[in-house]
Parts: sequence; C-alpha cells; structure tokens
Amino acid sequence: MKLPIYMDYHATTPVDPRVVKAMLPYFTEKFGNAASRNHTFGWEAEEAVEAAREQIAKLVGGVSKEIVFTSGATESDNLAVKGVAYMYREKGDHLITVATEHKAILDTCKALERDGFKVTYLPVDKNGLISPDDVRRAITDKTILVTVMLANNEIGTIHPIKEIGAICKEKGVIFHTDATQGIGKLPFHVQELNVDLASLSAHKMYGPKGIGALYVRKRNPRVLLHPIIDGGGHERGMRSGTLAVPSIVGFGKACEIAMQEMAQESERLRRLRDRLKEGLYSRLEDVYLNGHPEKRLPHNLNVSFAYVEGESLLMTISDIAVSSGSACTSASLEPSYVLKALGVGEDLAHTSIRFGLGRFNTEEEVDYVIDNVVSAVQKLRAMSPLYEMASQGIDLKSVEWAEG
Amino acid sequence: MYSKKVLDHFYNPRNVGSFDREDPNVGTGMVGAPECGDVMKLQLKVNEQTQTIEDARFKTFGCGSAIASSSLATEWVKGKTLEEAEQIRNTDIVRELSLPPVKIHCSVLAEDAIKAAIEDYREKKGLNKTAEANAN
Repeated sequence: MKLPIYMDYHATTPVDPRVVKAMLPYFTEKFGNAASRNHTFGWEAEEAVEAAREQIAKLVGGVSKEIVFTSGATESDNLAVKGVAYMYREKGDHLITVATEHKAILDTCKALERDGFKVTYLPVDKNGLISPDDVRRAITDKTILVTVMLANNEIGTIHPIKEIGAICKEKGVIFHTDATQGIGKLPFHVQELNVDLASLSAHKMYGPKGIGALYVRKRNPRVLLHPIIDGGGHERGMRSGTLAVPSIVGFGKACEIAMQEMAQESERLRRLRDRLKEGLYSRLEDVYLNGHPEKRLPHNLNVSFAYVEGESLLMTISDIAVSSGSACTSASLEPSYVLKALGVGEDLAHTSIRFGLGRFNTEEEVDYVIDNVVSAVQKLRAMSPLYEMASQGIDLKSVEWAEG
Repeated sequence: MYSKKVLDHFYNPRNVGSFDREDPNVGTGMVGAPECGDVMKLQLKVNEQTQTIEDARFKTFGCGSAIASSSLATEWVKGKTLEEAEQIRNTDIVRELSLPPVKIHCSVLAEDAIKAAIEDYREKKGLNKTAEANAN
C-alpha cells in the first residue's frame, strides 16, 4: 500500500490511465483546430470532438447537439443561470435555488440579484434534503429558472430531481441541475428526470481538469441561452472559444468508461464506504453523520467527531487526504455553510470530516484509514477540554463560555 | 503553512493533562468557545511561598496553532512568578511560532488563558487585585 492515501474524490480525481491514453495523440499528431473547415487537421479534430460529444450525451440521456463544452462546472453553472436569466428576462425576473448549492450557483445568483433579479433560496431539512412541495410553492408567474443540484458535494445528499423536474415541466419553468458530483455515480437521464440544463465536469469523474459541459435541451422545450462569453460563435453561439480538443477527447472517454462501469463501481464504493463508516462507528463514540442516511452518494461519508477540531484531525492523519468543514480549513474562515443550512451546530461543524472514496481506493486503504482516524481522534480527545467535560457529565450547551 | 516550531509543538505537545481543579494551589483558565472552533484550558500549579509557577498543564480543542500556542504557553510559564507570567504577550507567541496572520487569534487565546488561570489562582487565595484586573 502506498502512502499518502487519497480519499478526497469530491475535490478532484486522478485521470484514468485509459483516458490519458485516449488524449495523447491529440496533443501532437492530431493537434488541429476543430473549427478549421478546410483541411484534414481540422476535420480530424472535429471528428474527435463529435465522437466525445456522443459519449457525453449518451451518459446523460441526451443527443450530441445538446452538449456545449465549457471550462468546467463553474462556467457551466454560470452559463446556465445567467444565460437563462438574461435570455428570458422579459418573461420574468425570479429564480429558485437551494441554500446548500455550490458557490458557483449561489454566487452567480447573488450577482443576478445585484442586477435586479429576485432569487428564492429554499431551505433544506436536517438531512440536507429539499422538499419538492417547497419548489412548487415558490414558483410564481415570474419564475424563469429552478436550479437544484443532483447531489451535494459536502454531505452527498441526493435531491429528488425527478419530482422537481416534473413540477417544473408542469409549470413551464426551465430546470437546471448541477450534476457535477452525481454524474458517473448515479443513473442520470435528462428525459426521465425532465432536466433542461445540466452542468458536468470531467475532473470529478477521472477526466482532465479544465473541461466541462452544459447539457442544453434542444426539444420540448428548446432552451435558449444568452452567452456569457462572446467571440467566434463556437458551440452554436452559446460558448465561443477554440475547443480544447485533447481535454474533450478525455472527457468523452471518461464518460464512456463511466457508462460501462458505473453500476459495478458504485456498488464497490458503497461497500467500501459502509466498511469505513462501520469501522469508525464501532470503535468511536460521539460520531455524528452529516447528510442523509440513505439518499446519499455511494462514495461519500461526512461525519463529525465531537470534541475534536477538524484541522487538528487532518494534521494528525497527515498521510491521509480528506477535507473538513472546519473554519480553519476554509478560505473564508467560516465553518461550512452547508452544514449550517442543515442546522448542524457550529461546534459540530468545526469537527466535521468529509471522506470521498473513489476508483483507486482499496479495502486495505479503508482499513488503514479507520485505524489512523480512530487513533487520531482518541489522541486529540485525550487533549480536548470538551471531551474531558463531557466525560464528567457536564452539558457543554449549559456552559457559559468566556469568549477569546 | 505552519512553521517547524508549530509542527513540533503540535506533534509533541508539552504538558498535556489536567490538575485537580479544587487544589488550592492550582489556578485554572478556560477561554474560547466550541462554536468558535477553539477552547483552551490552562492550569498553573503555584508554589505558595515563592509565588512561582511550578508546573503547568493544558487541554485544547482547536486547530494546530491553537494546540501549539497552548503547549508553548505551558513551557513559558513554568518557573516564572505570577507577575512575570502576566507579562507574556500574544505577540511573543506569534513571533516564537511564526504564526500566520489568520492564526493570531490562537495566540490571543493563549495569553487570555494564562491571565485567566492567574486570576483564578488569586481569587482562590483572596489575592485578587480587582483594580488591576479591570485595567487589563
């Protein structure tokens, strides 16, 4: 077993060697610009791009003309939300989203609010789940877009996309989902789910960084977008810029692999995840699950180890790469807003750890992680005044804390 | 991101543990709050005759630099008189550990913990200089 162990697959994934192999010819021999219409270099590149478009469309249940390439899910989210907002502004000025969305959605909505749009941020329940009834109630005759992520990147909670899609279809409102974390892990079909727009990212599914896509429904209804990048009119005018052919080829290959292996892989990851959870729960007390117990990504485990601050835990398990919702590990110095939206107290948010399992994790690695996390938590609890107080039967909530 | 000294104190913390809170020669300071992500408990064992700190213990819930700051504080107070220990400033801790700007509050917490422990001891002994404490 090789150290360090990577268990942060929600952040990014290594590129699958099969993907790298597919990409390589497109850096040197087949380097053409897919927009060059008059020579074989261009035709070759265009052919590769169209093949990749097919592979991606197939994975999401669309047709290849509905795939628009972008630089990644953040751009896809921006294009979907701003693109709809500015295209349909005359129809309405209201958008609906969820408090636990990724910042690529939330900050885009904030930008639109500054430009006069109105945004409803729906709350979630204690498991991070949104209620379809809340969506129905929030829709007005001014609503032009509902955007709800397929699965949450921190806590792995899977939203009822199918129900929300049906409501949006009934009400004639465009429905976007940021599918970044769920794609390649969960069955996802734009027709069955009534999804009009879907953001995808290659690097979360063993493809390269810097390439993503937006699925844009072409029929029933045909969705139009106002571009956010102007230029040569690539991608049917929705996203100008020379296509990143090698990356697109890699993205396509990653989707093809996901299509073939998803069912088996998700089952394997679920077993590894459950083994990790059982291992931690059986050997430690006061471990709390964040997110939904069942409706969650198969490779996600997010838990709070009470009385142990997240950053110090990450430092103690220094040969294991995971992430924390603790303020000290975030750029904003605030504890996770996702956990906050679930009603997880800030005391527990500071102690949360996210494990993201992936394609290259093994059972041996999971067992190593269990052993090391358990001993790290025990070591840090032995030096935690909170653990000491709790062990003495003191209710920490009743203590009047002297602010530092 | 952390200096070697922070890492050394974090991975080999000095003086972790607890003294009996009820011991008349022990002063206990507890500062911070779980919601803020750090709580420090610092305890001093004081020699009544010499008014010097004979021993110190800490327990800290917090990030790497909070644990390192408390560990360093326990080392520094040992052998000092209460008056000398009171002079330890958070800036001394920042300098010694080369704390990055976002971690300065950890050093503030450590200074506060030392002061709170000294105050607790004085209160126990009826030596509390209220006027001076207020001035701080």
